Amino acid sequence: MLRLIRCFALTLLPFVGGACSVQPWVQSHERGYLADPIMAFEQHPASTRYINHVYEAREAARGAEGSAGGGCGCN
Amino acid sequence: MAVTEFLGRNPLRIFAFALLTLMSLQSVAAVLPEDRADVLYHRYEGGGITIDGPSVLVRKQFKDTVSAWGNYYTDNISGASIDLLSRGSTYYEEHRTEASVGFDYLHDRTVLSLSHTNSSERDYEANSYAFAVSQDFFGDMTTLSLNYSQGNDEVRQNIYENGSIAETIKRGDAKHQRFGLGLTQVLTEKWIMAFNAESVVDEGFLNNPYRSVRYLLPDGGVGNQPEVYPETRNSDAFALRSMYYLPYRAALRLEYRTYFDSWDINADNWEIRYIHPYGDEWTFEIKYRAYSQSQAEFFNDLFPYEDAQNFLARDKEMSAYSDTTFGLGVTYELKQTFFSWIDKSTLNFYWDYMSFDYENFRANTPENTAEYGVGNEPFYQFDANVLRLFLSINY
Repeated sequence: MLRLIRCFALTLLPFVGGACSVQPWVQSHERGYLADPIMAFEQHPASTRYINHVYEAREAARGAEGSAGGGCGCN
Repeated sequence: MAVTEFLGRNPLRIFAFALLTLMSLQSVAAVLPEDRADVLYHRYEGGGITIDGPSVLVRKQFKDTVSAWGNYYTDNISGASIDLLSRGSTYYEEHRTEASVGFDYLHDRTVLSLSHTNSSERDYEANSYAFAVSQDFFGDMTTLSLNYSQGNDEVRQNIYENGSIAETIKRGDAKHQRFGLGLTQVLTEKWIMAFNAESVVDEGFLNNPYRSVRYLLPDGGVGNQPEVYPETRNSDAFALRSMYYLPYRAALRLEYRTYFDSWDINADNWEIRYIHPYGDEWTFEIKYRAYSQSQAEFFNDLFPYEDAQNFLARDKEMSAYSDTTFGLGVTYELKQTFFSWIDKSTLNFYWDYMSFDYENFRANTPENTAEYGVGNEPFYQFDANVLRLFLSINY
């Protein structure tokens, strides 16, 4: 994981100062489909937080839930 | 090279460097989460136990730069799990309360987030603090986020006499740290993906003080002794999620996560979810999720003798097993005109059916042990129903 974070940090360096030649290919006015509420990764934070808690309490794996994660007193 | 040498293997230094680098990126826009309130009833029923209670979440923006939120949540736990049944106990009750507060601050196109959570029950107290920063850049096509949280727990044990709690004693402290990063990328007009990675570092008293392992006695009988876990656990998890807008108005969500930790547990889960609106008022959702894991290296359903190894576990979450979840959800948008300050309100119902199959954890109830013999009981399996019913209001 440390190696991954280090690679991530170093990968960002070329972006600093705008030294990036690739241009965005989906413009703001082309994001009507992406803005539809059904395209949200999770629409309801309290509900997502709860189901993630259920998984974390019943399964050994934890982390990278994507949203509404975090510590819980679920021992 | 100089940067690499400076970073070394110090996780906090690496994290701080990544944070500063992220905050220096050129960005176009960032937005705060929308104002909303959720009142939710949750219920989990399976494996002999029932857990239910409310959850209330309120979020409100102030002056377009700050969004504050609070969440109140309770678990009312009752019943008798396989762990209790195997000890001859029949019933158990517990109450847990969790309160969280936090805020998000929008500054120079960066969102900074801080939050605090307290979880309290008679035999467990947990406090955690979380910090996150996220930023949109590359023409709003990319969002990068970093998060760090630290939790400090006090683990206690209730001592029972004649079926009631005589006293509660402290067993130890535990500290948890999480280091996470997220990258969300717009790929096409209809496709967006997210990558998440998170490392968790646990230290201290990590086992459940009530659980024990069983071992064979020289006379062929069975003995019990408390579980002994290592005092550190490090884990890494990586997840990839995709949302795709179908040729008609519906969305397909895919998810895959892989996990491994220093206790030798490897796990994978994947999920497919289909979201389908119907008319202006209804949205339906169907999902299937599968999870599987290998056992912790120090797990054994039946140890050959007492103190057979340094670390001992018979917690079923430390065994090898798999589970599947089939879920249905429905959302109905209420057409109300009573309160002009409400933009949108929805009634939501979600039902998940979970099925667990254990590969090396046996259902050692007294009845099973008498019928099949020690170490020959059937492998444990159970099903669970998980319900979420809630009202959401956007204002």
